[in-house]
Amino acid sequence: MAQTQSEIRYLTPLSVDTKKKKYCRFKRSGIKYIDYKDPEFLKKFLNEQGKILPRRITGTSLKFQRRVAKAVKRARHLALLPFVTDLMK
Amino acid sequence: MNHYETVFILTPVLSEPQMKEAVEKFKAVLTSNGAAIVNEEQWGMRKLAYPIQKKTTGFYTLLEFDGEPTIVKTLETAYRRDEKVLRFLTFRLDKYAEEYAIKRRSLKKNAPKEEKPVEAAAQEAAPAAEPAKEETKKEA
Repeated sequence: MAQTQSEIRYLTPLSVDTKKKKYCRFKRSGIKYIDYKDPEFLKKFLNEQGKILPRRITGTSLKFQRRVAKAVKRARHLALLPFVTDLMK
Repeated sequence: MNHYETVFILTPVLSEPQMKEAVEKFKAVLTSNGAAIVNEEQWGMRKLAYPIQKKTTGFYTLLEFDGEPTIVKTLETAYRRDEKVLRFLTFRLDKYAEEYAIKRRSLKKNAPKEEKPVEAAAQEAAPAAEPAKEETKKEA
C-alpha cells in the first residue's frame, strides 16, 4: 500500500502555495482619512451582502479597520451603502 | 471652535425653489448661531441605497462649517422639526479629516462639477464663506 501511494504522479506539478503576506493598504499608501462619501471605495471592504469584511481577510490594521467600519456605517446611515443586500458586486 | 461637517437628504417631492429655500433655511440656522460656512456642496438628486420613508431618491446637500459645539444641537433640532429632511448626519472633523476636506475642496476647484449659475446666486447668503465659494462657482 505504501508503495502505491508513493508512486502517485501528477500531470502538473503541485503548486506549492506561497503565502502572500497581507498588508494594510492604508498604511502602505499613506491614507489617513477614510471618506464615507465614496461608496465605491468602501465596497472593497464589504462582502456581497454588504457586510464589513474582517481584518483577517482584508489585512487592514486595527487602527484603520476601526476607521473603515466608521466610514461604512456613516455611508449606510446616509443611504450611500445598503445595510443588507444580495449580490452587491 | 470646531470644524463640523453635515449632510442632509431632502425629499425628492420638492420643487427646485422649495429645495433651495430649505437649504437656505439651514444655512441661516448656522449663520445666525455664529457659525461660518466653509464649504457647500450639492450632490443633487441621488438614488438611495434603500428606501427611506418610501422614497427611493433624495436630494443631498453637504455643508462644512466652523462653530461652537452647542450649534450642533440647534441644527439637529431644526432638522428634526423639518419633515422635508429624510436623513441627516453631523459630525466633527478630526485633523486628518480636515486635511482631507481641504484637499477635496481644492480638487473641486480644479475640476468643478457642472453646477448651474442660478445656484451660485442663491448661495451668496453666507458672507463669511463667500470668497472661497465664489471662486468655485465661477469656474463651474
